[in-house]
Amino acid sequence: MCLLLLVAVVVSATMGFMQIPATTVLQLIGHALSFSGKDAGFDPVVTAVVMDVRLPRILAAVLVGGMLALCGTVFQAILLNPLADPYTLGISSGAAFGASLVIVLQVVGLALPSALSVPIFAFAGSIGTLFTVLALASEDRRLSSTSLILSGVIVAAILSAAIGFLKFIADEQVGIIIFWLMGSLSGISLQNIFFLLPVALIGMAVCLFYSRDLNIMATGERAAATLGVNTVRLRWILLVTCSLMTALCVSVSGIIGFVGLIVPHLLRHLIGPENRQLIILSTLGGGLLLLLADTVTRAVLPAEVPIGVLTALIGGPFFAYIFKKRQRENG
Amino acid sequence: MDRTTSDILWQLEQVDFSYKDQPVLAEIDLTLSSGKCYGILGPNGSGKTTLLDLLCGLAAADKGEIRYRETLLKQWQARELAQRIALVPQDFQVRFGFSVREVVEMGRHPHLGRFSSLTEQGHALVDAVMAEMGVDGFATRSVTRLSGGEKQRVAVARALVQDPEVLLLDEATSNLDIYHSLSILALIHRRVVGQGLTVVAAIHDLNLAAYFCDELIFLKNGRIICQGPTDEVLRPHVIEEVYGVEAQVREDAFSACNQVSYRLPAA
Repeated sequence: MCLLLLVAVVVSATMGFMQIPATTVLQLIGHALSFSGKDAGFDPVVTAVVMDVRLPRILAAVLVGGMLALCGTVFQAILLNPLADPYTLGISSGAAFGASLVIVLQVVGLALPSALSVPIFAFAGSIGTLFTVLALASEDRRLSSTSLILSGVIVAAILSAAIGFLKFIADEQVGIIIFWLMGSLSGISLQNIFFLLPVALIGMAVCLFYSRDLNIMATGERAAATLGVNTVRLRWILLVTCSLMTALCVSVSGIIGFVGLIVPHLLRHLIGPENRQLIILSTLGGGLLLLLADTVTRAVLPAEVPIGVLTALIGGPFFAYIFKKRQRENG
Repeated sequence: MDRTTSDILWQLEQVDFSYKDQPVLAEIDLTLSSGKCYGILGPNGSGKTTLLDLLCGLAAADKGEIRYRETLLKQWQARELAQRIALVPQDFQVRFGFSVREVVEMGRHPHLGRFSSLTEQGHALVDAVMAEMGVDGFATRSVTRLSGGEKQRVAVARALVQDPEVLLLDEATSNLDIYHSLSILALIHRRVVGQGLTVVAAIHDLNLAAYFCDELIFLKNGRIICQGPTDEVLRPHVIEEVYGVEAQVREDAFSACNQVSYRLPAA
């Protein structure tokens, strides 16, 4: 899987408006990694296209896709709900709302530094949404699939109306807000990667650290507690970690739905529900899937379609399929 | 630790517990010693499950004190408690398709370090318990595809793999057929006699209780009506008071213990 991902990164870097041979891409990456600083005599245009335009975007696709799939895996395991992911729980919308709020506040005249305040507001939005959704769904004590997803949909609907309202206020800046609603990886810079990478690694480490506890949660909260798992603390730590990762993904790429739903779901069918393996493979798989999707919109389709639209077009029907299948199994 | 000596495990003093302002248990005084099989009896909603939750620290008392091995229960680390006390819930449900073996292995969790995996002895214990419970034949099958009875045996296996000094059973065999119910209880009972395991079982079937339990605790509306050695407290007037049915208790040569028969009181 790791190898597949590396190959995909290189192949994707060759594709685009300008075709660049794989060997050149490899040489460029090798040169950059050796930090020699010498001018190795590459065509400056090719260098710029690969290193400044394509690679940041490719790496962002891998990291964002990986984190979203990781979050999906963990949300599904901790909420005992195979339909949960950052998007269906409304958490992505919450983060987008927080991010949009920053723009509106800037329009109104508050001097907020975007680089810092966007992720912070996005995180606040995602955490707020998470707890609203859980509070809405928890009347039903077992947090059943349907009530949880329904709460997610309700909150997401309210939030998208709120974002619409912000759009109305923000007027001139509407373009950026629409970007958050539809999701796109086109505005990525290398700076974003330096932000994403450590969060992705730390987030993954936290989730792996608790993977066995996460397995035990599958036998229910009461049974897990009798095995010495501190279920309340486990929930808090993992939900907050994943909300943070989601918020960061949204603040660089907007709302990209369903990656977190599809990838863990398919992998669970293939390799089983053991969470340590699932967390690792989902992260790789999510990165691969989003990279493929983004390469398609960037280099294959005649005009660039926002990536969030593409994943929703593929993921929506898939979601419907799982939902129907589960209904049949439970009925 | 020598498990054959009989010493006091739990001491409950004037314990009250309520759920959402509804009193569930009141003024519970109880002392439980090791190496015995206790049965908790009582009608639905009398507080049997809650009492088990209090004993293993899943719920905390509103009033009164619960001590386990002379230390207040709330001062125990969850992990240390899990190394000593295992619970088999009434309706063991597993989400996602974990295999039978994976689920049984989870029972080793309290004995494992964060980054260590199952030792050779651990694997051997899992193998032995799975064979004992008769779940080794479908070790690789997904738990979600098992029947209720098979699932319950997996739950008991998981609790035994925990290698506890106390086993709490919450109606653990209610969903099993007579054969499996009897054979699992007999197997657990052998551990009580042979290895000094302590069992506290919430149980519905009075005859099963008479068959397996050394002492009985009768609950009604959250209060202890009567407790003591099975032969002394399994009496018609107690059953009548607790359940509101007329009862007869007689020695039964065939099963070699007391057996209860009952009927509704004449209107």
